[in-house]
Amino acid sequence: MTTVETAAESIGTTAAGGPLLEVRDLHVEFKTRDGVAKAVNGVNYSVSAGETLAVLGESGSGKSVTAQAIMGILDSPPGRVAQGEILFHGQNILALPESERRKLRGNKMAMIFQDALSSLNPVLSVGFQLGEMFRAHQGLSKKDAKKKAIELMDRVRIPAAKERVGDYAHQFSGGMRQRIMIAMAIALEPDLIIADEPTTALDVTVQAQVMDLLAELQRESNMGLILITHDLGVVADVADKIAVMYAGRIVETAPVHEIYKRPAHPYTKGLLRSIPRLDQKGQELYAIKGLPPNLLAVPSGCAFNPRCEMAQDICRTDVPPLHTVTEADGGELPGRGSACHFWKETIHG
Amino acid sequence: MGRYVVRRLGQLVVVVLGATMILFACLFVLPGDPVGSIGGDKARDPAVVKELRAHYGLDDPLVVQYVHYVEKLGKGDLGEDYTQGRSVNEILQPKLVNTAKLAVTAIIFDVILGLSVGVLAAMRRYSVWDVSVTFLTTLAVGVPSIVIGMILQRFFVVELGWFPLISDGSFNSMVLPAVTLAIIDAALVAQIARSTMLEVLRADYVKTAVAKGLPRRTILTRHIMRNSVIPVITYLGISFGGLLGGALITETIFNWDGIGLALITAIQSQNNPIIVGVVTYSVAVFILLNLIVDLLYAALDPRIRLS
Repeated sequence: MTTVETAAESIGTTAAGGPLLEVRDLHVEFKTRDGVAKAVNGVNYSVSAGETLAVLGESGSGKSVTAQAIMGILDSPPGRVAQGEILFHGQNILALPESERRKLRGNKMAMIFQDALSSLNPVLSVGFQLGEMFRAHQGLSKKDAKKKAIELMDRVRIPAAKERVGDYAHQFSGGMRQRIMIAMAIALEPDLIIADEPTTALDVTVQAQVMDLLAELQRESNMGLILITHDLGVVADVADKIAVMYAGRIVETAPVHEIYKRPAHPYTKGLLRSIPRLDQKGQELYAIKGLPPNLLAVPSGCAFNPRCEMAQDICRTDVPPLHTVTEADGGELPGRGSACHFWKETIHG
Repeated sequence: MGRYVVRRLGQLVVVVLGATMILFACLFVLPGDPVGSIGGDKARDPAVVKELRAHYGLDDPLVVQYVHYVEKLGKGDLGEDYTQGRSVNEILQPKLVNTAKLAVTAIIFDVILGLSVGVLAAMRRYSVWDVSVTFLTTLAVGVPSIVIGMILQRFFVVELGWFPLISDGSFNSMVLPAVTLAIIDAALVAQIARSTMLEVLRADYVKTAVAKGLPRRTILTRHIMRNSVIPVITYLGISFGGLLGGALITETIFNWDGIGLALITAIQSQNNPIIVGVVTYSVAVFILLNLIVDLLYAALDPRIRLS
């Protein structure tokens, strides 16, 4: 055994007390022809074992880039982590050499992508791709890996797993394909799963099935789950807490049910108002005015200020820190935070 | 699958018939008398000419000539040539072997040169290497084989004396024509390999493979190369079909005794049976290679269904 191997092994057994994953002041930049795009600007969040964190935001908010930085699969170049720490079981994995990061990927932390069809290799059978996990990380033979693949397909309830293990991605339905992606993620029973919009490409009825499956598997093995989505509806039943991202920053954090009742940031408020509701039939759907910010030229002050109905002068000059949100009488609201100068006005009216 | 192959072979028969028919009609309306080229420049006895015309059936209407030809073709017989009175099959056979030798050598150069250059360029994108590959391959694609052949001849034969000027069928004399044929093709192969590889490198499933924690080499060979190579194989198959059909210009420059040279000679002397024979063969080989490429394509990419 090399020292590299033992170091990777030791991760996952140490620091049982603290959170499973802690992202601290993470900055990610992309070098482009027109300048440096600051995709993530100081993100902090944490996930404990058995906990589900939903990261919410529109495209370009930095939610996926943060996830890729955690996994160590940023396209680099042009992307790079400019600042910050990612503590996994208490150890800063950004300081690890690539060979050790690789051993964590798939093994201790796994990722589920949005589009299962393009995320599965079209010319390799799904059984082969599932089996690769065991062959790469546990050195299993091709034959044993195939057996494991069938077990996994059974576990995510793909009918006739034994007959279908040799089929290719395009021969499965969208929901079944996403189940295969989930099977791949849980293959080695990782401590952390990051699901990047896992149900966006699916029909609504299938969405619920896939989410239920994911939640069930998570409960069974007490994994930490980061659920990245732009769909507030998906989050409600599964997540424990929510982090809302805008322009590479977290603008609001809250336990999941509170955010629906009492958002403390104008952006979250706008998101909630733009969910279509049956009792509003015939009325025009609300949309937050303006466009998501250009990451090459993020507005000064609060990045949301050009689109915000409450914006004052201070919003155009000062970047709001993540304020601790409390009741109007000062009573505690654990886990709540809002990066808005006027969070009191927003939540308490 | 079996039915697919049968249907494609049926198509082959139709295309070969069509090609010979067009060629027959063209040669028929061509000015000049093919018999005039038989037996050299001597003025001929009208009786002899008449007999020759009768022998080759040249006085029959076009349709009758064509039907006779197809009847023989059905038995694999390409007819009898005008100048020597020998069977076309017999004349072409050694030339086919020569052309095939050249084609195989050229395609091997192609694969080695084209694939390695293209893959390296894709992996070192925007490097000096990549930029020069793009520049040189574009240049190579644009230069006609006659220029490449003559430059190679000038340098390696006249200046350095490494290879013989007139080919004698030996391997040594095959190098330059094979390289000439390979250069343009390899440039195209390199370009295709580079662009498909760049596309595959960006594919979601490669990101999945990285996220799975697979070793770099596994990702490269299993997930990237295999997907990148499919379009290259398609191109190589079609290119090989073309090469087997004879390289007119290259064979002429290097005096390589293949069917390309045979075709040029036959056209100059209006030796119609040879012309029709070579073209019929080339068309058939080209279509057969296309069929093989299609089958290979389906074997490599499970999304392709043959029907």
